[in-house]
Amino acid sequence: MAVVAVPKSSEESNSKMKTSPSNTITLRISRSNPAEGQESAFSEFQIPVQKWTTVLEAILYVKQNFDHSVAVRYSCRQASCGSCGMKINGKPALACYTKISELNSNVVTVEPMNNFPIIRDLAVDFKQLISNHKKMKPFIIREDSEVTPESKEFIQTPQDLEKFLQFSYCIKCGLCNSACPTMATDTSFIGPQGLAQAYRYVADNRDKGKDERLKIVDDSHGIWRCHFAGSCSQVCPKGVDPAMAIQLLRGYLLGFRK
Amino acid sequence: MAERLSNREGIRGMANPTRYGIERVAYWLQRLTGLGLLAYLIGHIYETSTIVNGKIAWDKMLELTQTPQGHILLTLVIGMCVFHTANGIRVMLGHGGIGVGKPGQPEYPYKAASLNYKQRLCIWVSIALAALAMMYGASVLFGD
Repeated sequence: MAVVAVPKSSEESNSKMKTSPSNTITLRISRSNPAEGQESAFSEFQIPVQKWTTVLEAILYVKQNFDHSVAVRYSCRQASCGSCGMKINGKPALACYTKISELNSNVVTVEPMNNFPIIRDLAVDFKQLISNHKKMKPFIIREDSEVTPESKEFIQTPQDLEKFLQFSYCIKCGLCNSACPTMATDTSFIGPQGLAQAYRYVADNRDKGKDERLKIVDDSHGIWRCHFAGSCSQVCPKGVDPAMAIQLLRGYLLGFRK
Repeated sequence: MAERLSNREGIRGMANPTRYGIERVAYWLQRLTGLGLLAYLIGHIYETSTIVNGKIAWDKMLELTQTPQGHILLTLVIGMCVFHTANGIRVMLGHGGIGVGKPGQPEYPYKAASLNYKQRLCIWVSIALAALAMMYGASVLFGD
């Protein structure tokens, strides 16, 4: 049962805000502009934080108070848009979804995600991710998909839905591609994001494009380059579990699944 | 230049086992032991090929391997072989979708079903088997 607390008077809540413990941390931001030949260097800032302060809020504090030129991509601030992926203390994570208090460190280092070209500072280029996503034909393929007055909706049972639902939660933040050890060395690899999306549609019983998609992923830079290191699933902020999707997809190619 | 701009981690990032849990350590060990076994295979072919040069050459080569350093190397090879086999079976089954869990509704804090306790247990068992085999191998090689 959900419990909703009665809001306290504004005076009471204001006094609580004033007395809540505040801490100061050092935020190290990687600054670079490869297009202009500017090498990566760190800028350090002292930021006051509360226990609920997120890394994104700390970066925005820097932009508001110290240096507005810090380049960062963000939008929803609630782990829905997938814009603010970056390396936080060495691991890919969403800045809006990572509380500084959870990092257990007074020094927080933010860097652009690996395996993506840097546009500037913390902003990276998603061109390859989006193009690989598109290659997977991320839509239902079937001839009778046009809705006509005579046609009916496609009926799915909850069990049918469960087969692909979690993979449809992908927000294309790119964290999985950044953590993947194969992406680190293979510039043409489709990547865990694209492969998981291929499985999302293959597992959907409304879809008839399984053979088309299997042909695309059955490539030397496709599904066979995944070695099940599981790092993609470790960093996924939405529970998509790309590693599972890839192994299940490979099951079709190996003949374990029909 | 283009590769530098792409910010790829490269082999250093691929070979860093410290950031993503025991599964990444297993991935790293699998690669390392694979390379080690390949090096051993090449060395082994070279070693056994000396027999074509006659008995003296073959005995000389055998003397080289019957040293403490040679025994340590063989002990390591036993460990690499056992880990690579046991973990390889886990990975091969996983590649077919066996033991990686079932898709379902993800719930906060979103623990990945594919990184389940069965997978982790298999990794630890592979490490333990390799350690046991190395201990047995060392006791035979260094024993009287």
